[in-house]
Amino acid sequence: MSITAPPTPQSTWTKEDAKASRKANRKLHRKEYIWAGAFMAAPVIGWLAFLLFPLAFSVYASLTNWNGLGNMVFIGLDNYVMLFQDPYFWRALWNTVFYMIGIPIGLALSLGLAMALSRRIPGRTFFRTVYYIPVISSLAAIAILWQWAYNGDFGLVNQFLSIFGIEGPNWLMDENWAKPALIIMAIWKGLGYSTILYLAAVQAVPRSLYEAAALDGAGGWRRFRTITLPMVRPVTFFLVVTNIIGGSMIFTEINIMTPTGGPNWSTASLVWYIWNKAFKNLQMGYATSMALVLGILVLIVTVIQFRMNKRNDFSIE
Amino acid sequence: MSLTTNTAAAASTAAQLTETENRAPKINRNPFAGRSGTEENKAVNWTLFGILSLGAVFMAAPLLWMLSTSLKTKDAVYSLPPQWIPDPFVWDNYVRVFDDTYVLSGIKNSLIVAGTVTIIGTVFSALAAFALAKLRLPGKNAIFIALLSGMMVPFPTLMIPQFVLFSNLGWVDTLLPLIVPVILGNVIMIFFLRQYLHNVPDGLVEAAKIDGASYLRIFWTIIVPLIRPAIAAQFILWFMAVWNDYLAPIIYLNSPEKQTLQVVIANMNVQYATQRDYPLIMTASVISVLPILVVFLIFQRQIIESVALTGSKV
Repeated sequence: MSITAPPTPQSTWTKEDAKASRKANRKLHRKEYIWAGAFMAAPVIGWLAFLLFPLAFSVYASLTNWNGLGNMVFIGLDNYVMLFQDPYFWRALWNTVFYMIGIPIGLALSLGLAMALSRRIPGRTFFRTVYYIPVISSLAAIAILWQWAYNGDFGLVNQFLSIFGIEGPNWLMDENWAKPALIIMAIWKGLGYSTILYLAAVQAVPRSLYEAAALDGAGGWRRFRTITLPMVRPVTFFLVVTNIIGGSMIFTEINIMTPTGGPNWSTASLVWYIWNKAFKNLQMGYATSMALVLGILVLIVTVIQFRMNKRNDFSIE
Repeated sequence: MSLTTNTAAAASTAAQLTETENRAPKINRNPFAGRSGTEENKAVNWTLFGILSLGAVFMAAPLLWMLSTSLKTKDAVYSLPPQWIPDPFVWDNYVRVFDDTYVLSGIKNSLIVAGTVTIIGTVFSALAAFALAKLRLPGKNAIFIALLSGMMVPFPTLMIPQFVLFSNLGWVDTLLPLIVPVILGNVIMIFFLRQYLHNVPDGLVEAAKIDGASYLRIFWTIIVPLIRPAIAAQFILWFMAVWNDYLAPIIYLNSPEKQTLQVVIANMNVQYATQRDYPLIMTASVISVLPILVVFLIFQRQIIESVALTGSKV
């Protein structure tokens, strides 16, 4: 009689066994599966009905000539060809991208604010609240307020500038100043949000790092560049991406402050143009093709985020 | 049927656990201390205090201007230099705004939309988060990823087909298109509640199951009390977002008496600007900001902490 090797766990656990075990599992947990499915049902139905279905419908609608009411006439890729030749589309896209200049400015300001607020400064809770109030205020109300503040004759902004002897432009009526005016307002509105996120990140940086760096003779700027900046990088990244996605959807302030797309179409954003084409000109097919292009651009940015997030060495938690 | 004391005890420890773990990071209050490592430079702090104060003036001035204008007469708006304290002080705008405009119906409509969406939607979101985090279902992670992927699709991409869908149902110029698609759950909320529930030990749910509790009962008596702080913060953030929404309401609502508050004030801005009645427009704007501001001031610690967490959870 020869000695046989003891059976390894793999050899006793056959495919049939696994199948049987899964079957037994299914039977054992059937009730739990049903409840879990029921609990998830609402968002899943919403996802199918109001996301997947509209998206699939969009892809078809973008290939048709259609006013939203009558028949959809299939025209192949004509809408996309038209879109690439449409100077208004390019203008709107350019304006939308131009607004993103505000993102790095806003982030730099809010990181500075967060670093200041992380120190033991009198009234810091009060400051935090004041800087945050624009974030929670309704964008429609803010846009109305700023539209008026930018008035060339009696607006608050030019009144303030005149204290220093500066004669401000008629902001929203001036082709060169309309976009910067919207950017300044957007920075003002969003500052509190990024400051709060940065503050949490700054406060989570281990103090020992700064102490060690100080012992090694690193100055303030060097400590900021080699410790703070890398440690808050995940937040920077999160903010850059959410701001780009949010910025690509800019609409409310454009429509309220410059209802006709601004002087010489200098403020019209992509979403504003899509909205006009779809609901004012009833060119639903064409508007849908632009909306899909917007969706794809946003998707590209999001994919880049995930790629770069993977390469991130730092995590706050 | 009652849950055993074991489960209850475990629940309370878990509550403490999540309570401490889910606060915004507060490890170092003072990472920018000077070379000595403990003392902050007083002069630097006072300089920063000055800069922050100046900044606070810029942040608050436009909003204070809005408030002050709402208490002015039409003519006082154009006075030079600008009046920060209205002279004369008039409360009449706050009477007129309710008598002559659609602000009241706007408030009502906004409350209906934001209220139903967030109250019912929060229940749906919490149930889904519970199932995704704690219950067994083959393929549940795929479902979660699919739901998350929905966040990548911007609303403007979906607005045209959604509009066509709802106009075929005859829902245009009703509040339904603003309620139905969003009431079924909020992916952001599901994401955060699911994350939060990962700090709750699985054993808690298992123990309750062994005790014979139904899944709904586990949800209401164990899960909800544990995640209540997270639910509250997410609820408020969601309510604010729906209250402040503008794009979806202007697509669907045509009749003035059916419009939400944001659309009402935007239309007033067009209508009354030609009459130069800025105080009335500002009054309506104050009214649209005020309820949210009050909620924010009451719950600001919870709101700010849960906003701070978003950066570290992604």
